Amino acid sequence: MSTAPNMVVGQSRVARWAFNGSVIVLCLWVLVPIYLLIANALSAPSEVTQFPKKMVPSFDTESVEFFLYFNGVGKALWSSVQVAFLTMVMSILIGAPAGYSLSRFDFRGKNAFRILVLMTRAFPLPLLALPMAIMFIRVGLDDTVFGLALVHTTLALPFAVLITFSLFSGIPIELEEAAWTLGCNRLQAFFKVIFPLVLPGITASAIFAFVVSWNEVFAAAVLTIEHRTLPAFLLQSLDVAPLHLKFAGGAVLVVPALIFIFFVRKYLFAMWGIANR
Amino acid sequence: MAEIQIKQVAKSFGKFEALHSIDLTITDQEFLVLLGASGCGKTTLLRIIAGLETATSGEVHIGGKRIDHLPPKDRGISMVFQNYAVFPHLTVYENIAFGLRMAKLDQAEVDRRVNRTATLMHIEQLLQRYSGQLSGGQRQRVAVARALATEPDVILMDEPLSNLDALLRMEMRAELKGILAESNTTTVYVTHDQVEAMSMADRIAIMQGGDIIQAATPVEVYRNPAAHFVGSFIGNPPMNFLPAKKVSDGLWTVAGAQFDGPSSNKNELNFAIRPEDLLLSDNGPLQAKVTLVEPLGSHVLASCNIENNLFRVVLESDTSISRGDVLNLKPMPDRVRWFDPDNQLAV
Amino acid sequence: MQSRALPYLLLLPATLFLLLFFLYPFVLVAWQAFATDEGVLTTKYFDKMISHWKFEKALTYTLLLALVVVPIQVALSLLMATLVASMKKGRDIILYIWTIPLGISDLAAGLIWLAIFEQTGFLNSILFSTGIIDEPMTFLGYQDKGMIFLAVVLAEVWRATAIMLVILVAGIGLIPKEYYEAAQVYGANTWQRFTKITLPLLKPSLQTALILRVILAFEVFAVVAALGGTNLPVLMGEVYNRQFELQDSHTAAAFAMLILLISIISTVFFMWTLRTPKEASL
Repeated sequence: MSTAPNMVVGQSRVARWAFNGSVIVLCLWVLVPIYLLIANALSAPSEVTQFPKKMVPSFDTESVEFFLYFNGVGKALWSSVQVAFLTMVMSILIGAPAGYSLSRFDFRGKNAFRILVLMTRAFPLPLLALPMAIMFIRVGLDDTVFGLALVHTTLALPFAVLITFSLFSGIPIELEEAAWTLGCNRLQAFFKVIFPLVLPGITASAIFAFVVSWNEVFAAAVLTIEHRTLPAFLLQSLDVAPLHLKFAGGAVLVVPALIFIFFVRKYLFAMWGIANR
Repeated sequence: MAEIQIKQVAKSFGKFEALHSIDLTITDQEFLVLLGASGCGKTTLLRIIAGLETATSGEVHIGGKRIDHLPPKDRGISMVFQNYAVFPHLTVYENIAFGLRMAKLDQAEVDRRVNRTATLMHIEQLLQRYSGQLSGGQRQRVAVARALATEPDVILMDEPLSNLDALLRMEMRAELKGILAESNTTTVYVTHDQVEAMSMADRIAIMQGGDIIQAATPVEVYRNPAAHFVGSFIGNPPMNFLPAKKVSDGLWTVAGAQFDGPSSNKNELNFAIRPEDLLLSDNGPLQAKVTLVEPLGSHVLASCNIENNLFRVVLESDTSISRGDVLNLKPMPDRVRWFDPDNQLAV
Repeated sequence: MQSRALPYLLLLPATLFLLLFFLYPFVLVAWQAFATDEGVLTTKYFDKMISHWKFEKALTYTLLLALVVVPIQVALSLLMATLVASMKKGRDIILYIWTIPLGISDLAAGLIWLAIFEQTGFLNSILFSTGIIDEPMTFLGYQDKGMIFLAVVLAEVWRATAIMLVILVAGIGLIPKEYYEAAQVYGANTWQRFTKITLPLLKPSLQTALILRVILAFEVFAVVAALGGTNLPVLMGEVYNRQFELQDSHTAAAFAMLILLISIISTVFFMWTLRTPKEASL
């Protein structure tokens, strides 16, 4: 990461204040709405609809409990976890070899593949849910966890490829070559030398794939009925569910994502930095 | 008039003291080279003069005016960066014109100056190109042209030739020296290359560990190093050093031979002589056993051993010697230097 | 080592996957939009789409949302990225905070802003407590499309600025700091360094960010669903209604084609307007 112009000279006190002020305001802009959602979720249902509302939650778990025992929620949660887990596994298993191949070899067709991957960026991917719905009915994958995971993998795979590509590119080929000269075959060299080095990055991109699936609404809502994921469940109960159910559900959706993003934060920039080029 | 005065400038980064109280005056139109190994503080000092770094304490004056509180643009300087910093999104023309446009000169004047400096740097045919289409040497020329175009009082150069290959570097060295001499600017030039420093500088300031050890003309630095470090840093091969013991006032014994030397209250000094200031002579007082012979064409470099000290001698190229020979060497009397082993300074 | 075949073998699963689950489905959806179940080519689904009373509104709101949201996000993410770039202490924690929305789904973002805007929500509570209003206002009612629109804009800006921020921060990281120093030496002030160095050198990143962000803006769906229900029709919402509620997958596919079309137009637009000649890139 670059440090920008080291502005040592001529920085006035006013500029300093404006700088710190903007940073704080922008932090509040991000944090306060999340706080409000969680404050709602941690209030009793009666408090959620009470007016005027208190800014501080009463730390009542009734809303969350009501949500968790609400008909269908447990099942939706379980589906969400399953789909996200499958997506994570598939996108890494399929994406990482491609990333490795792109980083280590020069071959005909390499560019075509890169274009294919970059093309996914220029298409509204959730729309894939429409043709997939038809495809899945034909092959019997309609309304299944696995079918939805396939669609989510399409969303997450380009990231997995680009992230692993940048991870592998960051490791000098000499390390691998050294391992070859010391008696490893290609596979051994990979698992003994390269894999330990990229493991944290791979984990990060796996988590990222998980979050992509965990958060996806449109395809999930279109493709599943019995196996609805949590976002699909929430979307379809927007019209009927009471407020405290919506907010508790929103919080349950947000909190794991918050934690996951915290763990992958170091890699966010590597991911997008390379996605740039 | 652009005399630069650096007064007690110190800089620390956290606990690390990069510069300890530097005092240096660079006279108007002088070409001063800051020379030292990496990490000696030379680039930090240059950046403090430029205003890219603020000193922890001390003052910098240019042309009699204190400028250390001013932003770089108000200091009357321009700078050539190690990686040239030729803007990739602008043409060569716009790169050279950058400072002129910032100063809001009219187009005719911008044109005139860009063309003049481009011609001076022999890049007039490259004006419409982008940095990505230039070789390293051409980028270097653009960077210098850009620095000259603003007609600054002071040009600061941070290892400007270090990214060029050896042949190009030699060529640019001579050319830069000529152009800067013409331009009437004061130049501060940072390098770690002693040949560059010797060949270009009016004066060299040798730095080590955040201090200026010696600031003097190249010949003076070479002939009369102010400290042990300067003698061993300047010159290739470097100066030879041998321990000397006092016999009586003004008389010292070095490797079994007696030499006239300075009177000192110390009992031990270091005797120093440059490798080329030794003559082969039958009655030479120093006996040196040859351990390695390197015929280098214009001369022969012999590495010898005198009482377990490494001692190098530069001899005529037709000298025939071989490993194991014992040479009798006579130091030229006016070239012998003496250093105090405790404070490392010349006596 | 079987070096010649190896790169292709490693690439094979990903290629097959993308062909089968990305390219082929797009052909399929196009076919759905242009052909009947019996395989007869027709434009009747497009006619049906266009003649629907919500069509014009959905298209207008979708484009208008993108037009309002994206420029705000560009300005905001540029500001945040430059603030981050000149930060010495606390950079990591500030960046984490600012990128939090990246992990939050659009539905959750909609719910978050619902908590603020609904009738017994925080905005009403604050306005009431400070005596600005006497009774809670209905912000998100069907009569007040402007307010729903504003809420959606806020939620979208809140949620999806982070993605641009990350791309821009990564892009600024690629600009060597010597360029800033050189510009500073030659007289550029802070604002000039931003316009003359940062912006032009950031153009490729800005391009990526814009392409990505505008396509996402055309896909706006769950935020609107959470905040406005059906009161603020958008294209993606219509796709959902056709497909899921009305089981009319042909017209849904026609809507999908429309979204695809405006996405491609915007991508081409940004590729062309923000192109950087190869020789003038970093």
